[in-house]
Amino acid sequence: MPTYEQIFEKVQATLVDALGVDEEEVTSNATLQGDLGAESIDFLDIVFRLERNFGIKIPRGELFPENLTADPEWIADGKLTTKGVDELKSRLPFADISKIEEDPSVDKIGDLYTVDMLVQYVQSKLSTS
Amino acid sequence: MRWIWIDKFLEFRSGEFARAIKNLTLAEEHLHDHFPGYPVMPASLIIEGLAQTGGILVGEAGGFAEKVVLAKIPRAEFFGVACAGDQLVYEVTLTDLRSEGAVVEAKAFLAGELLADAEIVFAHLDNSRANQIFGPKNFVFTQQLLGVLDLAKAQARAREAVAQGQSQAQPVPAIGASAEGGGEANGQPREPQTVA
Repeated sequence: MPTYEQIFEKVQATLVDALGVDEEEVTSNATLQGDLGAESIDFLDIVFRLERNFGIKIPRGELFPENLTADPEWIADGKLTTKGVDELKSRLPFADISKIEEDPSVDKIGDLYTVDMLVQYVQSKLSTS
Repeated sequence: MRWIWIDKFLEFRSGEFARAIKNLTLAEEHLHDHFPGYPVMPASLIIEGLAQTGGILVGEAGGFAEKVVLAKIPRAEFFGVACAGDQLVYEVTLTDLRSEGAVVEAKAFLAGELLADAEIVFAHLDNSRANQIFGPKNFVFTQQLLGVLDLAKAQARAREAVAQGQSQAQPVPAIGASAEGGGEANGQPREPQTVA
């Protein structure tokens, strides 16, 4: 089982290829969209590359959930409701949800996708495979 | 002008690989603008030809149930130019396919030499949303574009009929020579083509 650091290095290389960013930019707490400039279509590319580079299977919506704001019970006045935050917790188990609990604005959801989240996700997949 | 940037499939292995050709001719308007006095195929249109070859490969793998759109080109390298009168051979290999989309490795060859090498990511449009915006019609796989694959299939059937000595079959178009010629793509002799 590879260490966190070993997985991080491989995730870093994956993101350098997928997003055309410099290795130094891909820090553990960098956000995919805000810091590394990922767009929605890049998420699909990242999934393909992680599957290939780590030999894992990533079911649709497991790493990057879809329709996170679809249910009107989860959102009110541009902010996540308690139910919405709970939903995020269950669908993004490796994200640091404390950030969104401080500021539950919908436009902050993208900040939950960090390099660390990817590393933790891959780590959990490798440990169960 | 028709937005079809491949002329013919030479080989089509469902869910795996496709090889198509694109003939460049001065009848094409764009070559007169790109560039006056120096007619070379724009790199973007070579990418489009590779994407059409790959898009049909991806679409066919799913029975054309999905609307397949070019989503991203993570990498594209060009090593030369193709001029009027040249024939480009596009070779595309399907490397990944999942419900959200697909990835292909795509190469263009000119006279057996590698001219372009790219990776292309395709996305499957969400059908319910796409239908709201564009209607139920599959605007990606128009009959014009799919006609290229249909023609290759018809030609393959005709060749088979001739091979089986069914002289009463439909007249065989004179495609045998060009198909065999295409078998030398990438400078290497190929096995006989299979257009499934």
